[in-house]
Amino acid sequence: MSHPDRSDPGLLNKLLDKIRRYDGPPLTIMEVCGTHTVSIARMGLSALLPKGVSLLSGPGCPVCVTPVDIFDEAIYLAREKDVIIATYGDAMRVPGSETSLLEVKAGGGEVYPVYSTTDALDLSQKNKNREVVFIGLGFETTSPTVAHALITAKNLGVNNFSVLSAHKVLLPAMEALLLDPEVKIDAFLCPGHASMVLGWRCYEELAEKYGTPSVVAGFEPHEILLAINMLLAQAKEGAVRVENAYPKAVSEEGNTSALNLLERVFKKVDSKWRGLGMLPGSGYELSDEFADYDARRRFLSGVKFDSSEPAGCSCADVLRGVIAPAQCPLFAKRCTPKDPVGACMVSSEGACGAHYRYREV
Amino acid sequence: MQKRITTAHGGGGEEMRELISGLFFKYFSNPYLEKLNDFAKVDISSRRIALSTDSFVVEPWSFPGGNIGDLAVCGTVNDISMSGATPLYLTCGFILPEGMPLEDLEEIVSAMARRASEAGVLIVTGDTKVVGRGAGPFINTAGVGAVPDGIDIGGEMAKVGDEVIVTGAVGSHGIAVLSKREGLSFSTEVLSDCAPLNKMVAALIENGIIPKVLRDPTRGGVAGALNEISVQSGVEIEIEDEAIPIEQGVRSACDMLGYDPLHIANEGCMLVVVSQKDAQRALELIQSCKYGEGAARIGRIAEGAPRVTAKTLLGTKRLVDPPSGELLPRIC
Ligand code: SF4
Repeated sequence: MSHPDRSDPGLLNKLLDKIRRYDGPPLTIMEVCGTHTVSIARMGLSALLPKGVSLLSGPGCPVCVTPVDIFDEAIYLAREKDVIIATYGDAMRVPGSETSLLEVKAGGGEVYPVYSTTDALDLSQKNKNREVVFIGLGFETTSPTVAHALITAKNLGVNNFSVLSAHKVLLPAMEALLLDPEVKIDAFLCPGHASMVLGWRCYEELAEKYGTPSVVAGFEPHEILLAINMLLAQAKEGAVRVENAYPKAVSEEGNTSALNLLERVFKKVDSKWRGLGMLPGSGYELSDEFADYDARRRFLSGVKFDSSEPAGCSCADVLRGVIAPAQCPLFAKRCTPKDPVGACMVSSEGACGAHYRYREV
Repeated sequence: MQKRITTAHGGGGEEMRELISGLFFKYFSNPYLEKLNDFAKVDISSRRIALSTDSFVVEPWSFPGGNIGDLAVCGTVNDISMSGATPLYLTCGFILPEGMPLEDLEEIVSAMARRASEAGVLIVTGDTKVVGRGAGPFINTAGVGAVPDGIDIGGEMAKVGDEVIVTGAVGSHGIAVLSKREGLSFSTEVLSDCAPLNKMVAALIENGIIPKVLRDPTRGGVAGALNEISVQSGVEIEIEDEAIPIEQGVRSACDMLGYDPLHIANEGCMLVVVSQKDAQRALELIQSCKYGEGAARIGRIAEGAPRVTAKTLLGTKRLVDPPSGELLPRIC
């Protein structure tokens, strides 16, 4: 949490005031990014929005949208294939069908939390007689770093490192939500990090096709409030534009070298999402050039999981913005960060986790 | 050749005596220790004493802003100080891995000596064991302090209307260790805040300000410590997000890793609950102390069910939960 307003204590209030005086048509804004969800929950913004304006949490939490299958695959690898699993800490706690990677680790399995693919690659170099599999999760924010590590591995001739890719393409998920009859979205608060790679122009096609104003936002409280003001201004004048409220980090065309890395190392495939199901062209699988580094091709041929959500968990509806976390019957009762039922409660940027941690009183 | 710890150093023979006289005496020299007994006899002229023990297993043993030796002394000094007592004597047990360079041990021991002298405590007896390679070094320290008459400080003493002060920026220790452990570099280097707090406690008491509660928010961070106090005292604690001092480096590391600075461990700041009438004076006294420049009034004790709430930047009110589970890295 930041205090950019320290130098200008009035700024936040000015921005908030303007939001509260909004008198345009009703507007449901989806914040796509999990980091925005956390920031919004922490500053307690929802309670202050004027009548008719609401914020929905979207599918932008990488661990949350990863389907149970991936965790089952990782658990299978750790148990049956004698490999070292490296992954992000949050991913270790997500329940698979029967157990979680954290429990596998507690039972003696070799599962290590890492902060980046580079750490995982280092791990493989420290354990040259073992296979290290990195579970790659997330959007265009994290996938370029995986691509970079894979190119490094290839250049170095590393042969005991591979990636189980569950990487996702952001835009198809946004479009799927716009097409979903159960979901009502009038505008998008677009993610800051992913947009650094993708550039802000990539949202124009959706904005035009579906008439959804979209604004790219930074992460500081005042940056989020500013972007919301820009969305409200568009709504009031009946405009539909893509605007960039985070120009210090996001450019029009994005980061071309990162995009080139993605192009080389991955190929887009149909992919299953928690909550959204199978979406065409929405996943990143390793390209044929990197087939030797593809854990799925190396260790999982013939193995197929088609697992379903934990019983009673409404993550599917939460991730689509159909219900707010508190509307899930298990929220804060059977399901808490200490003993999570679904992925949305596990992850620090999952909607349920953020709403629980920073719940209003 | 580099000298290393061998099993002989824990074996009770010649090598161990060499280690004791060559290294430990060199740094911890005092008459109690040099008697070479398995015990230390000390004088304490106080009706009540405070005792505490803590084991230190930090990995890696050295981190930006300190090492395990700094922690081993400051940690126990601070635990004793949180009762209002004046810490006097420490004991110290080392569990060292075979193969550890003696140079590293010297770095740790010299840090302990520096901190002990800064805090005005003596390390009066100790023990050394050597174990197989792979883990450690570990250190246990225990300590004793004299509780001044009439001082009754404890987590159960907070009353409605009291104020809460934090004596320095929060979250630095945990982030410093993490940055070293995971080889992360953040835009600004974050140093551990590790420091002895006994002088600060003494400054308050000597000036007639008797805190209700003192608590060093180590593991569990400020959120954990405040929740404990609220339960012990059966009160609501209201803090203000805006008022909590957090260094920019800690802030950005937490943003990046998905942590809440209020959940991160500290080793050189404390929470002070004082009556409202004492609050301003207490703040000024703390700010005039060596580790208190960054102190701030962050909230107050309110009527209500035991819980901790925070006024958000925008003026709404949210719950502050203690952290749950191990802090693990996350994805964005
Ligand atoms: S509260 Fe728990 S069970 Fe309900 S949707 Fe969220 S994560 Fe799933």
